[in-house]
Amino acid sequence: IQIKISLFKMSLTDSCPNSPNSAVISNEKSKRYDRQLRLWGDHGQAALELSHVCLINATALGTEILKSLVQPGIGGFTIIDWESVTEEDVGNNFFLTVDQIGQNRGQAATNLILELNPDVNGKCIDEQLTSILASPDASGMFKRFNIVIANGLNEKLLSQLSSYLWDLSIPLIICRSYGLVGHIRIQIKEHCVIESHPDSSLDDLRLDRPFPGLVKYMNEQNIETMDKATFTHTPQLVFLYKALERWRQDKGDGLPMSRMEKAEFKANLEESLRKKLSSYSNGEYSDAENIDECLKAVNTALVPTKIPSNIVELFSDEACQKLETPSKFWIMVRALKDFVNKEGMKALPVRGSLPDMHSDSERYVSLQNTYRHQATLDADAVYKHVLRILDERGWSHNLVTEADVRFFSKNAHALRLQRGTSYAAEIALKTDVQTLGCLLEDPDSDAVFYVLLRAADRFETEYGSYPGSLEVDVDVGRLKCVLVRLLSEWGLSSVSIKDEYIHEFCRYGASEIHSVAAFVGGCAAQEVIKIVTHQYVPVDNTIIYNAMHQTILSLKM
Amino acid sequence: MCIFRIGRHEIDVEDITNFTVKSVSKRAKLVTKHKTFESIHQDLGLVVCGLDSVVARRWMNSMLVSLYVDPPNKQIPLIDGGTEGFKGNARIIIPGKSACIECTLNLYPPQVNFPLCTIAQTPRLPEHCIEYVRMMQWPAETPFGKDIDGDNPEHIQWIFEKALERGSQYGISGITYRLTQGVVKNIIPAVASTNAVIAAACATEVFKLVSGCAPIMNNYMVFNDADGIYAYTYEQEKKKDCMACSLESQIITLREESTLRELIDYLIESPVYQMRSPGVTMVTAEGRNKTLYMKTLREHTEANLSKSLKDLGVREGTEVNVTDVTSLLPCILKIYFDSPMTS
Repeated sequence: IQIKISLFKMSLTDSCPNSPNSAVISNEKSKRYDRQLRLWGDHGQAALELSHVCLINATALGTEILKSLVQPGIGGFTIIDWESVTEEDVGNNFFLTVDQIGQNRGQAATNLILELNPDVNGKCIDEQLTSILASPDASGMFKRFNIVIANGLNEKLLSQLSSYLWDLSIPLIICRSYGLVGHIRIQIKEHCVIESHPDSSLDDLRLDRPFPGLVKYMNEQNIETMDKATFTHTPQLVFLYKALERWRQDKGDGLPMSRMEKAEFKANLEESLRKKLSSYSNGEYSDAENIDECLKAVNTALVPTKIPSNIVELFSDEACQKLETPSKFWIMVRALKDFVNKEGMKALPVRGSLPDMHSDSERYVSLQNTYRHQATLDADAVYKHVLRILDERGWSHNLVTEADVRFFSKNAHALRLQRGTSYAAEIALKTDVQTLGCLLEDPDSDAVFYVLLRAADRFETEYGSYPGSLEVDVDVGRLKCVLVRLLSEWGLSSVSIKDEYIHEFCRYGASEIHSVAAFVGGCAAQEVIKIVTHQYVPVDNTIIYNAMHQTILSLKM
Repeated sequence: MCIFRIGRHEIDVEDITNFTVKSVSKRAKLVTKHKTFESIHQDLGLVVCGLDSVVARRWMNSMLVSLYVDPPNKQIPLIDGGTEGFKGNARIIIPGKSACIECTLNLYPPQVNFPLCTIAQTPRLPEHCIEYVRMMQWPAETPFGKDIDGDNPEHIQWIFEKALERGSQYGISGITYRLTQGVVKNIIPAVASTNAVIAAACATEVFKLVSGCAPIMNNYMVFNDADGIYAYTYEQEKKKDCMACSLESQIITLREESTLRELIDYLIESPVYQMRSPGVTMVTAEGRNKTLYMKTLREHTEANLSKSLKDLGVREGTEVNVTDVTSLLPCILKIYFDSPMTS
């Protein structure tokens, strides 16, 4: 009899292993934030609650971003907004009301946003951004922010802000909702992710290079002398291991690699297993779940243990080699590298997790403990390297704890590093446009909207208004000229943008449609959460949202 | 034109006929509260759904499809969105024109089965321990004297503690209160941002559809922002023999000796049909209506379950009518039999 049960894929025991900070969350919060805690754990929530974001301009997009940050419990926000609420604002922003027309927009929005979550702090600064940037305590103020979100700024201001925050190494998210198009640009110098939560990973089984504990476990399993019950409840890894042992006696070290070799291996394995099974019932054929599982697993379980190439790249990264600043992440990467070259023998620490498989409880738990024990031994070795590295530099042992290292080792296969460029550099045409050029070979690519947004910004710099915002027809011609010039500066003169897109852009008149802003806002808010929690992987570094086709184009500028 | 948004609570199919429209925010108007969907459809321009169950979606879908396929032959678009953690989807269904919910029924992820013997005899995972307590220990010990209420912290605490005991018996670690609650309530993680994105996508489609300012999406969007941000819309094609929106009759081929019970089990378990509790009737050779099995007439029809279909009068090409909560209209199945040698 089968019981139907729905099991959400992320069991909390796997996706959020023993948190290094062992954050303790109150009962009440545990209930309130239950659904999101299952995604980023108590430690992620703690990081979120310690964060303070700065939003520039409480437009529809701005408030939508804050909404999706305040609801999950961000520590606090500061809105910088020097505009007053207009009738137009009330028409597309749920957080501004008719009776607030004429008031400072940021302040008006702050009150309603705060209603969403009493635990969040929020305030507004009614001052021009240029004067804030010019004031002597500007850097002190901005340094209190974990991240700045800017929207509704013209290119000149954006460039100024971008350079300023780049120099201070404060992450900046630039975003806009423009007619039926959206744009998000992440500006971050270096972002390290230990907990990337990959959707799927190959299991770390080490059948090709079993560690001593695994060898001992396997040697204790004697298939020949098993009775039927024991045989049909043997974890399939045992079958694979023994078969591999036999294969190696013939062919030497290594694994069946070619298609033919694997097929042959699988066929032999099946034959010997079925023979053994039928020997219990006088040659009669019967089924066994663990045999089925075993045969299905052959292809994925017999993959050679390998360090992913992007992790190898981390080892030769300058930050790892030089290790001049006390960065927790790079100290652990360096220790990982040293481990790999010594105790690990060119392999990462054993991950320690074992997929479920048909088996009796005792042998499964024992096998799982074998993997866990080796994972602990490996993590301990990495930690010893960490201590040595800290001592060599005279750095405090408090920088990296044992729990940090255990956590890091378990996630070592899925580390992600991102390095970015400043938006100011992008505006100044100093970033690489090769990818853009390739995308534009398709005249209907969403990259067209990226180009048009940039052209619209140029247009505003030259004419003081956005195309189509005052007059549509005249602006079409003007936008086209700006566009052609921009493409030529990029070295993409051969690219031509269809007239219909230029018309469409003028039709938009830089208007902000609420539902488009809400979409972009939800996306941008989640990017903020990824960055402050260091979990999951942020966009690297640009997306264009097309609300007509409901598609997103990612590109790196 | 009226736009209705059905609330984001767990609505079972029976409830949907008595739904209330809730305001989306303080400033949106509470529209109306109606007894039956049928009484308001003449005012409907389109329907937007934010439902929490597949069953309710199927019901809504079959309602709108039938309004198109049968009189009043009105084409009411359905915009449907769903989320799960960092993943989401939004789709637009123009009855008769684009793929409907039923067309893509087999896209809904299959449920994970834990074999009973694993739970009872060879638990290995913390989930097995929890399920053991939920399915076996609770009914046996009936603490609190009633059924499990997933929202009652005392119930969850009891299950959690018993699961811990079972876990320690077998050396299984990793049982937490949160995991216990997740398994018992079948909790799906959720976050404000994904919900905002999908809701916004649906709203944009409504806006485009109603105003005609831009083409509507065509027709199924998939969204995932766990790694970067991914969003892609593809054209989901109609299923030629879709149970809800195609006018073709469904053909089922069974073994010669198939019993009525086997047919019903198939309709429940098959990813194509995924019925809940189908009732089966047929028209006999003499032209009379005969109920083969109906839950509401269980005493009278239970005996038929173990009989073979042939014994019940089903021949090659006989059409049987199947009714179920998952569809407004009965489904017509044409039954054929395999020769004994084929499976």
